[in-house]
Amino acid sequence: MTFPSRVPEPYGQNGSANLADILERVLDKGLVIAGDIRINLLDIELLTIKLRLIVASVDKAKEMGIDWWETDPALSSHARRDELSRENAELRARLAELDDGRPRREPEPAVERGRAREESS
Amino acid sequence: MTGLRYVYAVCRPFDAPLQSQITGVGGAPPRLLRHHDLIAVVSEVPERDFAEQPLRAHLEDLDWLTETAHAHQNVIDALTVVTTPLPLRLGTVFHDDSGVRVMLEAREEGFLRTLDRLSGRVEWGVKVYAEPETEEQPPREPAKVTSGRDYLRQRRRSRQAHEEMWEKADRFARRLHETLSAAAEDTRLHAPQNSALSGAPGRNVLNAAYLVPRRNSEEFVELVDRTKNEEPGLRVELTGPWAAYSFSGEEPGDRESDGMSGENS
Repeated sequence: MTFPSRVPEPYGQNGSANLADILERVLDKGLVIAGDIRINLLDIELLTIKLRLIVASVDKAKEMGIDWWETDPALSSHARRDELSRENAELRARLAELDDGRPRREPEPAVERGRAREESS
Repeated sequence: MTGLRYVYAVCRPFDAPLQSQITGVGGAPPRLLRHHDLIAVVSEVPERDFAEQPLRAHLEDLDWLTETAHAHQNVIDALTVVTTPLPLRLGTVFHDDSGVRVMLEAREEGFLRTLDRLSGRVEWGVKVYAEPETEEQPPREPAKVTSGRDYLRQRRRSRQAHEEMWEKADRFARRLHETLSAAAEDTRLHAPQNSALSGAPGRNVLNAAYLVPRRNSEEFVELVDRTKNEEPGLRVELTGPWAAYSFSGEEPGDRESDGMSGENS
């Protein structure tokens, strides 16, 4: 039986789904039965991590290499910390750049100082 | 004989023939293995690919995984046309037919119950994306930023707009989910798909599955359609009809009588 295709291109064709949707279902949903070949997909950590994020684009995932998930803040607290410190570093760099060329009273511009300055002026 | 048995699905016996051209995982055509009032849909797969070690290795190979997932899903799709299959997860493999029969025997009651519950139903997937135009505020404009103060102010404004957008997306997703739940027999909320990797623009804020009787499917699709342009900046995406993947686990009440079902998440 067929249903009229109402799914906007390019997200589906004739009501069918993209790769991410297929992988999500056949790997992450569906009934788990222990077969003779004992592979519990949940034991393959890398795979389950991939599953959670997967994918929409396998090519993209490949481009990003096998450790791409380590940099995803949603998954890794380490990555979250990294993101924060990156943001801080970015702010500091930006401030330093903006303040460059002006008489600098403070030896090390920090984010907190930047905020305080904003409030006091 | 070195072939293993790959199992796609369990279903009730059915009369209509499967599409003749369908090939399964590894290229062999699927066939029906009957045991009492159940059928396992199986195909022969080579040991060199599906024994434990090679299978484990293959699962880390995205090309292989993609191909195998498509083959698996093609068989499930073909089954969905003629019956209501209980779809198994990718990579369910037995040594031989008798292993499959033993499994069917052991879980017969649970299978029959689940198949009764799903009979005549299909699954629809609905996702909501927040579109990138509203998600990404125009970045710092170097020309206008003259001081660190301006820069911080801009960041704050951008963050506020960002939060408002999320609240809007959240409200919309909740309302949509409520509406669709009322039109469905059962629902599952899945983790949003990651948009950093996704070719799809925007950020996935709702990823839900709805169990809908086949005969009500057209109405369900129309219901989803009507919401599509309701809210600017939010995109609604519908997939299906799927076999009831997201609803194939046994109901919590069923588990007590079947100790083997505990492994299903």
